[in-house]
Amino acid sequence: MYGLGILKSLSVTVGHFLMTYVDDLRWFFKGGFGKRYSPEALPTRQSPKGRGVFTVQYPEERLPLPENFRGFPFQVLDPKTGKTRCTACGTCARVCPPQCIWIVRATDPDTGKPKREPVEFHIDVSICMSCGFCAEFCPFGAIKMDHDYEVAAYTRDGSFLWGLERLAKPLAYHAAIHPTDYMAEQAARKKK
Amino acid sequence: MVAETRVSRPTAEMFSTLEERFPGAAQPAEYEGVVIAPDQLVDVAVFLRDELGYTYLSCVTGVDYPEPTARFPARFETVYHTFRDQGGPLTLHAHASRGNPVVPSLVSVWPSASVHERETWDLMGIRFEGHPDLRRILLWEGFEGHPLRKDWHEPYYEADYKPFSSRYPKGKPVQAEEQTPLGRNLQYPPDWSPEGWESQAGMEVYAPLEACAPVDEYAASDWCPGCTDRVVINIGPQHLSTHGALRMVACLDGEKIQRLEPVLGYLHRSHEKIGERNTWLANMPFTDRLDYICSMSNNFGYAVAVEKLLGVEVPERAEYIRVIMAELTRVMNHLLSIGFFTNDIGVYLTAMLYALEERELIVDLFEMASGSRMMCNYFRFGGVARDLPEGFLPLARELVYERIPRRVDELERFLVDNEVFRARTVGVGVLAADVAVAYGCTGPLLRASGVPYDIRRVEPYSIYDEFDWDVAARYNGDIYDRFMVRFKEIRQSLRILHQALERLPEGPIQAGKKQTIVEVPAGEVYGRVESPKGELGFYLVSDGGPNPYRYRIRAPSFANLGVLGELCCGHLVADVAPILASIDVTLGEVDR
Repeated sequence: MYGLGILKSLSVTVGHFLMTYVDDLRWFFKGGFGKRYSPEALPTRQSPKGRGVFTVQYPEERLPLPENFRGFPFQVLDPKTGKTRCTACGTCARVCPPQCIWIVRATDPDTGKPKREPVEFHIDVSICMSCGFCAEFCPFGAIKMDHDYEVAAYTRDGSFLWGLERLAKPLAYHAAIHPTDYMAEQAARKKK
Repeated sequence: MVAETRVSRPTAEMFSTLEERFPGAAQPAEYEGVVIAPDQLVDVAVFLRDELGYTYLSCVTGVDYPEPTARFPARFETVYHTFRDQGGPLTLHAHASRGNPVVPSLVSVWPSASVHERETWDLMGIRFEGHPDLRRILLWEGFEGHPLRKDWHEPYYEADYKPFSSRYPKGKPVQAEEQTPLGRNLQYPPDWSPEGWESQAGMEVYAPLEACAPVDEYAASDWCPGCTDRVVINIGPQHLSTHGALRMVACLDGEKIQRLEPVLGYLHRSHEKIGERNTWLANMPFTDRLDYICSMSNNFGYAVAVEKLLGVEVPERAEYIRVIMAELTRVMNHLLSIGFFTNDIGVYLTAMLYALEERELIVDLFEMASGSRMMCNYFRFGGVARDLPEGFLPLARELVYERIPRRVDELERFLVDNEVFRARTVGVGVLAADVAVAYGCTGPLLRASGVPYDIRRVEPYSIYDEFDWDVAARYNGDIYDRFMVRFKEIRQSLRILHQALERLPEGPIQAGKKQTIVEVPAGEVYGRVESPKGELGFYLVSDGGPNPYRYRIRAPSFANLGVLGELCCGHLVADVAPILASIDVTLGEVDR
């Protein structure tokens, strides 16, 4: 019969429409009003088990980020020395596809020989493509990919050229956002 | 695995066949394939097509050799990749002088050559004699020079090859924006000023259309009942149905399309020029930006091509992970394509949002594994970037075994029998099988026209020959069938995913050690994969250095767009959007 297909289609949309209420009720019985939009409910709502409205109420809610998430790079500070782990070997600057990493290697004032630390370390995040090569190939674990994705600024001139003061973050921060990676790192260090 | 699928040099048999038929016309090329004398190129092509069955020309490109190579003098080279219904390519080369590069056009033999030859003219400056409409295709008409020539330099040229020495060990940082301030980031002739210049943009585009719009006839009679006016209109580049910045110039007779020309290049980002400056590895994240919906497939194509040159064996676990990622991408792309398509025929966002929900869950998986939802950058030469994280497999299983099949069934119930939907799609935009092959269409577009040509089957790469699956095909070639083929393909992909998830072995995920600078032996290769949109090919030439000498992408959307004019002819303006959506283009890949 002509029109049966349309009815069939409508049944799907109606199903979806009703499902939103069913899901709201389900959460209501689990934990009252507002339970559906609580941080505990978010991972379930946004998983294959999720039913009903599939919206994340950003910025009130934020999706939990997986450990591998690649934001912009940051430098890890060694708590013992207070300096970065970077030895200015230049691997990141060489592997960087858009060539946005600028390093000035330190020289020993007495001997004039290069030292294993950077004087300056800059990343132009306006062209950084967050590919993660620098973190992946850094032989000293000095660069990691950050989880901070809200980095918009009001001006463009110069403000996206991040130096060490902006890039350096404490080891504890790295341990907090990359627990698995950190554990593996510690285990490898102990072995040595 | 890699060794078996390596592009075979044309057999001695092929040489003797050609030699017998065209004495003295063919000789072995520098690396792969045959060099054909330009004056006999068309005859050889006709012979190959009609008598040897090379009906499908996938890619035409040019390579610039400003210096003499081992066996040939300095030259421009055009490269053609032709295929039969099974197996790898036959690579033809034709040489042209560097002073006045002219090569006969093959449009009369393979219409698919048209867009590729235009691109080669645009970027490389090789003229194709006999091409019906040899205009620039990606760059604007005022552009000076041909950027893929080795002696062409961009305005802020720093060095031929990355890494640039200014970055380390004495890097004086400059923000990119200050390096290329607005107004000075263009290069134009010294006696030319942008102020006094008036754009003639697109006037050339209308020239071929004028033939179809005899305005005089209408102007002669004051009013004739039942007569329709002929108008040339622009659809796009800013148009909600074009999925990006695509412009279509159409000549209308009343509301019927008489002729339609896609105008490309609004999103051109010099991908290939950048690719030739980059190191081999650094191109991997750039391939993500081609077809930004299916970055995993792009990674796959590039990895397969480079691995053919390297001759690396990929560990089994890595192959499985690759297949899982590629098939998830296919599911995601087809869901999105169906969703956007329904949006374009006026179902608005309902079906699209249903599809986006599933896509969201799939990109969550990508994010878990690779760290990014869209720009995955997950493949490495000889493996993948990192192993699957904990929690990936349970989620993937839940999606693949339960959620996606259920939602695909639901989408199908939603659309397939709907009378309005059928009225808009059945019998619209019919593409005949022979036309599809002649125009070099691939992917669901070709398979909906009754040609079950799937690269995973005809030239298996990776481990696709170990899985049990069918090539999805339908036989009417209209929009509806293209749409149904995508549904079928989702189901087949799920079948592959079921097997891959079940059999995923333990083991290493990377052959050898990961290297920043990859040593690629000199040679050339055409590596292709079945991306969700069609044949994604990477033509790479290596001179043994740390950078690709030539890096060319045969984008499926770009080639498929060549047939758009053909498809739209005779249909209503309102059908253009669905037809375009049924081809399923991503402009990032078209314009590169």
